[in-house]
Amino acid sequence: MKKFKIIVLAKQVPDTRNVGKDAMKEDGTVNRAALPAIFNPEDLNALELALRLKDRYPGSTVSLLTMGPPRAAEIIREGLYRGADTGYLLTDRAFAGSDTLATSYALSRAILKMGDFDFILAGRQAIDGDTAQVGPQVAEKLGIPQVTYAEEILEIKKNTVTVKRRLEKGVEVVESVFPVLITVTGTAPACRPRNAKLIMKYKRSTTISERQNISEDYISIYDDRPFLNIPEWNVGDIDAEPERLGLSGSPTKVKKIENVVFQAKEAKVLQDDDKSIDWLMKELIRNHTLG
Amino acid sequence: MPNFFTDNPDLRFHLNHPLMKKIVALKERNFVDKDSYDYAPVDFEDTMDSYEKVLEVVGEICGEIIAPNAEGIDQEGPEVINNRVKYARGTEENLDAIRKAGLMGITLPRKYGGLNFSIVPYTMAADMVSRADAAFVNIWGLQDCAETIHEFASDEQKDRYLPRFCQGETGSMALTEPDAGSDLQSVQLKATYDKEKDQWYLNGVKRFITNGDGDISLVLARSEEGTKDGRGLSMFIYDNRNNHTVKVRRIEHKLGITGSPTCELVYRDTPAELVGSRRMGLIRYVISLMNGARLGIAAQSVGIAEAAYREALEYARERQQFGKAIIEFPPVYEMLSVMKAKLDASRSLLYETARFVDVYKAYFHISKERQLEKEERQEMKKYQQLAEAYTPLAKGLSSEICNRIAYDALQIHGGSGFMKDYPIERIYRDARITSIYEGTTQLQVVAAITGIARGTLLQQIREYEEMKIKPELHTYRRVLVSMTEEFEHATQKVHETENKEFIDFHARRLVEMAGNIIMGYLLLLDTNRESRFWKSLEVFVRHARSENREKAEFIMISSLNDLGRFKQD
Repeated sequence: MKKFKIIVLAKQVPDTRNVGKDAMKEDGTVNRAALPAIFNPEDLNALELALRLKDRYPGSTVSLLTMGPPRAAEIIREGLYRGADTGYLLTDRAFAGSDTLATSYALSRAILKMGDFDFILAGRQAIDGDTAQVGPQVAEKLGIPQVTYAEEILEIKKNTVTVKRRLEKGVEVVESVFPVLITVTGTAPACRPRNAKLIMKYKRSTTISERQNISEDYISIYDDRPFLNIPEWNVGDIDAEPERLGLSGSPTKVKKIENVVFQAKEAKVLQDDDKSIDWLMKELIRNHTLG
Repeated sequence: MPNFFTDNPDLRFHLNHPLMKKIVALKERNFVDKDSYDYAPVDFEDTMDSYEKVLEVVGEICGEIIAPNAEGIDQEGPEVINNRVKYARGTEENLDAIRKAGLMGITLPRKYGGLNFSIVPYTMAADMVSRADAAFVNIWGLQDCAETIHEFASDEQKDRYLPRFCQGETGSMALTEPDAGSDLQSVQLKATYDKEKDQWYLNGVKRFITNGDGDISLVLARSEEGTKDGRGLSMFIYDNRNNHTVKVRRIEHKLGITGSPTCELVYRDTPAELVGSRRMGLIRYVISLMNGARLGIAAQSVGIAEAAYREALEYARERQQFGKAIIEFPPVYEMLSVMKAKLDASRSLLYETARFVDVYKAYFHISKERQLEKEERQEMKKYQQLAEAYTPLAKGLSSEICNRIAYDALQIHGGSGFMKDYPIERIYRDARITSIYEGTTQLQVVAAITGIARGTLLQQIREYEEMKIKPELHTYRRVLVSMTEEFEHATQKVHETENKEFIDFHARRLVEMAGNIIMGYLLLLDTNRESRFWKSLEVFVRHARSENREKAEFIMISSLNDLGRFKQD
């Protein structure tokens, strides 16, 4: 049986789905303090596809990679609770202000440092920026093929993978060689719940920075249980060129922000089967259209 | 969507009871597992933290998956296809989530793949799952069967079966038959031993078996030919996954908990394994199995009552009549306040019972590993008696309270509650079974009256009376002390006749009086720890006092000669 090395790109985002009155500051920027920080929803779909590959090919490993402030270690723990084997946090003040170009450069440097891989899975897009650019740009920088809008990994042969893509007007089945980067849509299966044993195993997993604030009582546990150490990398660790990072590496400049009222809603094509109807009913109840 | 653990602070309150320190110390045996299991806790705080974190996951799954599926499951229900049970789709989804979250085998030791949780957090999970879907909790809660295997089966059987429960296989307990319901002594399913093959075989029929097509079943059968009573019955394990020979003839069409398949089963030369010793099936093992299940039904009752109360409260706040929300009218707000007070009281009784069972069971398992010290033996005995007295009390009272709360919650909905448009009609139907199965309320009274006759309950009431409380709460204690006196007089009056029929006639009144006093004290102690229970204490004690007075009055003016007047011609 084959064993794969799978990397999942994940981002911690403000929960823009539950926006309150104070979600935006007066200057038009996001008031991150007022919004809870969550695991970007489509990155969770990507994680689920990765975990399913691991279920299918025992011995495969799933590693998370995230870039963000120190507290983004939270989503690495969330991934470990669901079955990821390890996770890396890329954090440095030098990354601040990165647009998609600078972010994908930093991520690609970190991936090279992580070693060999067979699959990189990422959410289609993050709910804070909604660009859907980071995944594809990482693939470009690594010089590997990319499959976007994936919903399911159908089959893996010796060197190729078959993927079902969910597009606006239907589905498309494509084949690619791997290593490959695949971005996953929200229509892919929802991520499994956190697992009780894994929570107990990993609840004290921390980065070295977080450990500065931990009670003395539990410090010795990190020597006994090395898996509790979440690797934390800075600019120096990934051999990146500083000028290609952060604001200096970001050609995107925000000129102006204005509020737009949504006119057309995102389309969702449903099958005429029970499962889809079931999903639709739940969705309508969830967003209070019904009930 | 709500998280059923974090949106209900009462759960965390009961989880953090002072007795947990003792329970965790016993359950974790000085945290000996910490060097061999990477998920084992290192100390008390670590254990409690793990309990909370895991319960948060249970709460999340309840709020996001199980509760939204409940209505669909109720409508779709399970079906029988080729003599096998097919669950409703929602049930499968629920089970998948529960398995992936590793929430089966919660109380089993780590060496079998369990979480080694104490009974309190396990009961709390049952409380939440019941609030989400009272039908699904039956399937999930049958992991209790594993506890009985853990207690009484051989090491070799434990090694084979317990890991399977932890991996998510479901259980069932096959006790009832067409002619053996409350009276399990008349079980007839035949167990015969084939010497040549060194194998037991089962033949006959079981009825009303919850999740009868589950993976691993515990079956009560008559192994001693020619016997007629409970002493001829033994307990067997039937492995439905590896040798499927039992046929599901039909599933019942029920008033409530329709998502839980209630099966009629036909055994024909079904291979099975004996558990423990022959002839001990009913006398020893079923008693233990039933006690676990009764605690489970008490949790189910509290969970259903929680769901009903929340529905009623929300409706009463939103529904406008005569120009204002109906919650502003005295008959409605009084109903809600009594519902809440009784809900809090029955939950407090539930967790008190769970703690007693926890201490007793922990000692029971330790006693199989090493000889207990004298003091430990005494403690085990004490908590065993408390567990035995409180379990039927909790099951009997909380299921009746649950029915009352569901009734009033539907009443608050008015005509809308009678329609299928609101969840309350399902909750109301689901509530009804709680006072019937695992022993009717009338049978719980038979078990609980023993606790009164032996003095176990009164002794515990005296212990509550002695506990240190804040001065502002003394007035409630005075009421409870006078209620206790009244209860003692009534008990004396009934028991001094030494007439069994007279005692049976008044037993329920006495048990309910004791229950009211105990729940009153528990709410008093809860309020002593956290003042937000004050309102429930106030409302509960007022009602309990007048209820007890009514019962005492009835008892005091009755005599042996009256019994005939109650008999139907």
